[in-house]
Amino acid sequence: MAVFVNGVIFDGVDTAAADAWRLDAYVARGGYQALRKILDSKLPQEDVIAEVKNSGLRGRGGAGFPTGLKWSFMPRSFPGDKYVVCNTDEGEPGTFKDRDILRFNPHSLIEGMIIAGYAMGTKAGYNYIHGEVFAEYLRFEEALEEARKAGFLGQNILGTDFSFELYAHHGYGAYICGEETALLESLEGKKGQPRFKPPFPASFGLYGKPTTINNTESFASVPFIIRDGAQKFLEAGKPNNGGTKLFSVSGHVNRPGNYEIPLGTPFSTLLEMAGGMKDGKKLKAVIPGGSSAPILPAEIMMNCTMDYDSISKAGSMLGSGAVIVMNEDVCMIKALERLAFFYHEESCGQCTPCREGTGWLYRVIHRIANGQGRPGDLELLDSVGNNMAGRTICALADAAVFPVRSFTKHFRHEFEYAIEHGKTLVDHKWC
Amino acid sequence: MLSAQSLALIDREVAKYPADQKRSAVMGALRIALEERRSTGETPEARCLNQEVIEFVANYLEIPPVAAYEVATFYNMYDMKPVGKYKITVCTNLPCALRGGVNAAEYISHKLGIAIGETSSDGMYTLLEGECMGACGDAPVLLVNNHSMCSFMTSEAIDKKLAELK
Ligand SMILES: Cc1cc2nc3c(=O)[nH]c(=O)nc-3n(C[C@H](O)[C@H](O)[C@H](O)COP(=O)(O)O)c2cc1C
Ligand code: SF4
Ligand code: FES
Repeated sequence: MAVFVNGVIFDGVDTAAADAWRLDAYVARGGYQALRKILDSKLPQEDVIAEVKNSGLRGRGGAGFPTGLKWSFMPRSFPGDKYVVCNTDEGEPGTFKDRDILRFNPHSLIEGMIIAGYAMGTKAGYNYIHGEVFAEYLRFEEALEEARKAGFLGQNILGTDFSFELYAHHGYGAYICGEETALLESLEGKKGQPRFKPPFPASFGLYGKPTTINNTESFASVPFIIRDGAQKFLEAGKPNNGGTKLFSVSGHVNRPGNYEIPLGTPFSTLLEMAGGMKDGKKLKAVIPGGSSAPILPAEIMMNCTMDYDSISKAGSMLGSGAVIVMNEDVCMIKALERLAFFYHEESCGQCTPCREGTGWLYRVIHRIANGQGRPGDLELLDSVGNNMAGRTICALADAAVFPVRSFTKHFRHEFEYAIEHGKTLVDHKWC
Repeated sequence: MLSAQSLALIDREVAKYPADQKRSAVMGALRIALEERRSTGETPEARCLNQEVIEFVANYLEIPPVAAYEVATFYNMYDMKPVGKYKITVCTNLPCALRGGVNAAEYISHKLGIAIGETSSDGMYTLLEGECMGACGDAPVLLVNNHSMCSFMTSEAIDKKLAELK
């Protein structure tokens, strides 16, 4: 189900209407006005970047890096090709917002990428789309065709001397390609294995050329910022946390779905919007930012507001905005076991600590979950984790360790009980 | 080896990338090749990618066969093993599990009489467990033959779907 409450990207989008995603409907909602404004007034590139900086927009893909600042890293005077790349390889468990942008408002992303291309002086861009969402890939291709026909994409856009082309690239099942340098390798037609950094993509990116990579939601926020002004976007959220954000709420709520709400909205309000807890069960824990974010127990979560600063102060991360809600029937060992399995499956295998470590984590958690935990297993998990985090090429290893550390910290008694008694404390029910 | 229609589709992929970067089209080309084999193959063996077709794609794109082979084995949606006429991949990652993903996989396994990872003896169905498909709000979700996503797959919805997949 898609549910949208007032916001930036989905403002005025009627998700029930079959044609809401088409160009005509987008233009009727004020779409492509931002691009026209820039081209009509010949707005200098620096001014576009400054506007994005002033909006306080932070990357929506997970790391929350300021988007305007990232754009300013692109060498302006570089003589050869440069690229902008969109990351729609949405595979972080719990996250399903970018799919809805492609389904219901693809032109917001296209316009945002054209503006990014203008601001950074690039002539071409790619959108890398998650393998499992083929229908959305086809729709995005169709939206690109509409934009080309209308003169928003291609040579001499709207009769100016600005040209920009945009293409869709379809992934085929590898979570690691969400990591930006693995994504670039994959775009080049290789195995999606992350690159050593530095050099960073802004100097050595796609085909070795300067490249800027942003998440779908980051790009899709840009038309609003340019059209209505940085100030208006900033004011929609709270200081240092500009704008609204899409939260994908999943798990034990009555109405799972995407909610676009101001950053800084209390978690309790979001939970209410999502219809509250399913079957009136008690809230036990929440993973507030996608599976890689540390889990938080209900008591802590209920006091958080949904923004980068509040969630980080509580010891977790806003990440991609995927809010996974769990009730009292969930055994935390079983839940962690499933995540540990995922990271082990998806490790690309190039770094030994990650390839071996994710296997160790899974096997140890698996045996605890099955009543075969051994004394010392919690210490073992700790030491395996310490040998992984921060010692690898990319952050997947850290992403595998964060859940282990946070689950065993906040719900330690469940792990201790299972190791001691050979069975889990909670009589586990998924749903 | 591939139909004129598939080759035309591959050419469209090639056109997306700079002229000296044809290799970028290998993912799309392998997908198109797999789709042709899936739709024309009469047996599980004839529906998956094999060395011959991978080499053909590599030659078509003027890249070393090993480069195409690496890609075909790295990404898990390319079928490298014999596969049923209908490949059903059920998401059982945590967010889906909390809304019946695991139950859905078990239900299908029971109904088809095959374990996860198996193909039915008549070559009709293959059942797999998948990772997050980016659609957790619609859980339980499953994919049929990589490209067709089915949402809210309760037992009744599964019954209906399986009746269609004949
Ligand atoms: C293992 C891993 C998986 C990732 N998956 C995604 C993803 O699915 N989507 C995404 O936008 N960013 C993902 N990222 C973050 C990207 O590397 C990158 O930071 C992001 O796309 C930048 O865009 P932003 O600044 O607009 O957020 C992932 C990172 C790691 C380490
Ligand atoms: S940390 Fe893991 S996923 Fe990342 S590059 Fe190393 S092995 Fe690959
Ligand atoms: S966990 Fe199943 S689609 Fe995300």
